[in-house]
Amino acid sequence: MKTVARIAANVFKESVRDKVLYSLVLFAVLLIAASVLLSQITAGQEVKIIKDLGLAAISVIGLAIAVFIGIGLVSKEVERRSIYSLLTKPMSRPQLILGKFFGLTLTLAVNVVVMTAALYAVLALYSAYTPQYLQSTWEAPAMDLALMKASFLIFVELTLVTAVALLFSTYSSPIWSTLFTFGLVVVGHFSADLKNFESVLESAPLIWMTRALYYLLPNLATFDVKLQVVHGQAVPMSYLAFSTGYAAVYITALLVTAMLVFARRDFK
Amino acid sequence: MFITRRDRLFGLVAVGVLLAMATALQIERDRQFATDAPAKQDLLYVQSPETMKRFALSYAGLAADIYWIRAIQYFGSERRSTDPSRNYGLLYPLLNITTSLDPRFNIAYRFGAIFLSEAPPRGPGRPDQAIALLEKGIAVMPDRWEYYQDLGYVHYWSRQDYNAAAEWFRKASEVPGAPWFLKPLAAHTLAAGGDRHTARLLYQALAESRENDYMQKDAHRRLRQLDVMDAMDVLNARVADFKQRGGAPPFTWPRLIAAHVVPGVPTDSDGFPLAIDPETGVTHLDPKSTLLPLPSELLGKAAVRR
Repeated sequence: MKTVARIAANVFKESVRDKVLYSLVLFAVLLIAASVLLSQITAGQEVKIIKDLGLAAISVIGLAIAVFIGIGLVSKEVERRSIYSLLTKPMSRPQLILGKFFGLTLTLAVNVVVMTAALYAVLALYSAYTPQYLQSTWEAPAMDLALMKASFLIFVELTLVTAVALLFSTYSSPIWSTLFTFGLVVVGHFSADLKNFESVLESAPLIWMTRALYYLLPNLATFDVKLQVVHGQAVPMSYLAFSTGYAAVYITALLVTAMLVFARRDFK
Repeated sequence: MFITRRDRLFGLVAVGVLLAMATALQIERDRQFATDAPAKQDLLYVQSPETMKRFALSYAGLAADIYWIRAIQYFGSERRSTDPSRNYGLLYPLLNITTSLDPRFNIAYRFGAIFLSEAPPRGPGRPDQAIALLEKGIAVMPDRWEYYQDLGYVHYWSRQDYNAAAEWFRKASEVPGAPWFLKPLAAHTLAAGGDRHTARLLYQALAESRENDYMQKDAHRRLRQLDVMDAMDVLNARVADFKQRGGAPPFTWPRLIAAHVVPGVPTDSDGFPLAIDPETGVTHLDPKSTLLPLPSELLGKAAVRR
């Protein structure tokens, strides 16, 4: 466990030192701030637009970090040939995979927290300059704590994407890993359609196949509660628990697969 | 490679000069190849809300915001356009996609209905589309009494169907949390739909809407129109009385002031002096008045029961 924690801490330090990471966070903060300007040309529902843009920025930037850094975690070591020296150290291959995963998860957690704090700061500023009678017409208050639920589920989704990226990077080149990961992210948002295919298909094997795919592929739509939160609709804690539980099980499955693949990989 | 401070300074100056040159070229190109009017882009690449929903992945809310901003800009640019062929053709598809991407986008239903039902040239004059949009909103949020009220407005103003308007006001009044004035409004619309008194009640209700400035401003403008129509009726009655007492044309304000028919040159609520026909003595708005055009359906309905 200590070895995993040490690798994770190293990954985190490396990510923090990475200038690309800083620029992404800065970009997100600027984007959230820009939403205030954008909201001025929208004729109403400014707070909704600031929240929409803010949460989307957290999600997009987080996704970019999860995919690009996640893929680099293993493939970079292989490309730089530093994997040889790493594997001579007193650590197992599964420990390396786990350490890399938890390191990036920590980086993502810090980023999501920073970006959420920036979003709250923008909303607080906007709210301070809005008359009380206008605030009373908002569907949800500007400083709505429920925004944290959306941020949390974005983080959970990002950790799942990190696990996907890590799995692909254990056996594929960075370019292919990027394509595979983005492909799975897109498919993950369409999985509800796979379920609906049942109603239009007549062939039993096809129905069976689409059903299997629906349950096999990660259902990323589960983690999207942005619209509900923005409109002040309730997101029960039980929903959060179910979604987090689903992600935990799926991530474990991905990491176990990644460890199995990586353990068999020959670096000669 | 080592770069001296002088080299760096020289580099920065060079970048500055190059950027200035690029700007100058851009200005000159715009001047030489300027077109009188930009080509009209009446094009919506994706018209299907379902397709757009899939493209948006988990960013449907943000995509809805972008379509909403596009709808506002499109409406504004069409309204300002002097092109006689403008038809606001993309307004409904844009609003339909917006509300499909985010079915709880409240203001898109309410503003959208106002925009769509506005008569030409200030709008497309499509109350049917406004009704479809609001009914879509009711299907998603049946607890929003505002949509029933707005449907009443569309039937009242754009279709002059006072029975249907009264029915929607009644439905609105039955939604939990609806304001008290909707019940008498429904009854009044049914009994005397189309007169100025009912119109005033409707606009006063809209003016109380705190949801946003646009609706309030529009309602206040409509109330000022009603004020000036009432004022013109009073003036016309005074001139008619002056005629009966032997007053003869030309009817001008200085003459009428001298004859104590009016105390001074009357103005509309936006400060423009009212004009008077010297032959008939009928008052009308200054052609530059910001209150033009007056609602034609109410011009002949002078029943002032304030």
